[in-house]
Amino acid sequence: MPAELTEAADGIKQPGPLLEFWHYFRENRGSVAGLVVICIVVLAAILADLIAPYGPAEQFREHFLAPPVWMEGGSWQFVLGTDAVGRDILSRIIHGSRFSLVIGLIVVSLSLAAGVVIGLVAGFFRGWTETMIMRLMDIILAMPSLLLAIVIVAILGPGLVNAMIAVAITYLPHYVRLTRASVIAETSRDYVVASRVAGAGLGRLMFVTVLPNCMAPLIVQATLGFSNAILDAAALGFLGLGAQPPTPEWGTMLADAREFVLRAWWVVTFPGLAILITVLAFNLMGDGLRDALDPKLKRS
Amino acid sequence: MSAAPGAAGPVLRAESLVRSYKISRGMLRPPAELQALRGVSFGLDTGHTLAVVGESGCGKSTLARLVTMIEPPTSGRLLIDGHDPAEGPATRRRLREAVQIVFQDPYGSLNPRQKVASILGEPLLINRRMSAAERREAVAAMMAQVGLRPEQAQRYPHMFSGGQRQRVAVARALMLNPRIVVLDEPVSALDLSIQAQILNLLVELQDRYRLAYLFISHNLSVVRHFAEAVLVMYLGRVVEHGGREAVFASPQHPYTRALLSASPTADPARRGRRIKLVGELPSPLHPPPGCPFNPRCPLANERCRIETPPLQQLNGRLVACHAVEEGRAD
Repeated sequence: MPAELTEAADGIKQPGPLLEFWHYFRENRGSVAGLVVICIVVLAAILADLIAPYGPAEQFREHFLAPPVWMEGGSWQFVLGTDAVGRDILSRIIHGSRFSLVIGLIVVSLSLAAGVVIGLVAGFFRGWTETMIMRLMDIILAMPSLLLAIVIVAILGPGLVNAMIAVAITYLPHYVRLTRASVIAETSRDYVVASRVAGAGLGRLMFVTVLPNCMAPLIVQATLGFSNAILDAAALGFLGLGAQPPTPEWGTMLADAREFVLRAWWVVTFPGLAILITVLAFNLMGDGLRDALDPKLKRS
Repeated sequence: MSAAPGAAGPVLRAESLVRSYKISRGMLRPPAELQALRGVSFGLDTGHTLAVVGESGCGKSTLARLVTMIEPPTSGRLLIDGHDPAEGPATRRRLREAVQIVFQDPYGSLNPRQKVASILGEPLLINRRMSAAERREAVAAMMAQVGLRPEQAQRYPHMFSGGQRQRVAVARALMLNPRIVVLDEPVSALDLSIQAQILNLLVELQDRYRLAYLFISHNLSVVRHFAEAVLVMYLGRVVEHGGREAVFASPQHPYTRALLSASPTADPARRGRRIKLVGELPSPLHPPPGCPFNPRCPLANERCRIETPPLQQLNGRLVACHAVEEGRAD
């Protein structure tokens, strides 16, 4: 036993869990860059009223389709130019970040929460409960996601809230399947049996013992889902089924501008870039989160 | 829940435990019945160790699952401390604290997401009304008992070696002051040098807490040093059950003899009489008629192929063998 006691790694101070998390997260440069971009987007969303030069719906009737500042005819008055009805694109993008973040957040929370619970139920109660749930999810998966979202929006009526619900439903099966698969893999492990022998009830087994061990794929799926939700909501907006004009939602902005693609490239490029950068940032951060949150990948 | 000194009777009694599983064979055929345990009876006294040995598939692990109340027996009775867990959920909850288990693989038996402190605290959190500070204290005390340092409480299982993990698993099993600990091959996943440390720890803890061990193993040399009594199982049945000296010095059942002759020994006088078993363990779905061992038994005769031998007291232990009963075994 003395040999065991003197064995390796003595006297390391245990840092707080947050500090520990940051230590591992920091190792991945890309994800830190993603986090920085997300922080900027979040700040822009919170401070939109302060930092945006104009209101999102404010029109300047003498400046239709003004080019951005670095082009001929551009001015510092409209840094990224104006759209077809004379609204400042920069201001609209800044205000639009609010919608994109809220859409991502709500869609992911909805489908993650519902998907995890349904997946846990399917994984724990095998038999016909599982069969029913999984076949239903197969049906949802069998339809193209955007088409299904369009159908749901058509039933519920167009609008941002209904678009979010529709997108959340189309992403539900991914979370259910991921959760169920990891739950089934985990419940056969001895530590679950040990917890049961110690007297853990079903709720504790599901949410305290098993769920944390299924989180790594779910977190990655959730961050990817965050960007997918932004993309899909933008697509619905582009089709006129999501946020309605004059809401400065990025997808709706693209839809408004599609006639001017050839004449005034900036009208579509900047909202598109905003979507691209935000989506990329979330994907990068997702990778870093997975690495940092999985103790099995940590170096001791 | 501490052991009353001089408590009479065994702390664990199994009476003809049977456990069968339904195996689905597709839609058109009726499900097959797999009998993993076919009537196993034994008793285990406080502070003693009973070893259960046999090949894989003989029902050892099923027995562990029944004793720890993970599964109910299909028929037969289990008496823990004189109470049957089938009496009701209240009894079961109370008895659960009396029986705990240590698993074979310390890499799979500890939750990778929990720190040692919460792994050890969980049984208390569920079963006892204790403040967080009291729990921390109990965890620290138990860690000292099994040879872990207090600061290791804040580490995750992946930061430990196999031996240290098994110490954590032992500590978790003892958190509720059990009377019986099922040791499901507790050292077979560990390095040889670590095995001895863990076994010594288990002996030490058994003396201190008067624990009854149900020691499941296929390592006969470990069993020989560790257990007072040995239960040899074959295809869900007990074939020989007796004291360590009796079983190891003069094994009676041909299966026990084959097992013992297969384990390496340092004594040259005992070497060279190796009995080789032919054939495989029969499928438990289609057990042979008569004695379950008869297709592989060198002593089998007509009677063995028809009549199942009962477990009876012969030559100072319980044996289920016609050949021993008839005196053909020597």
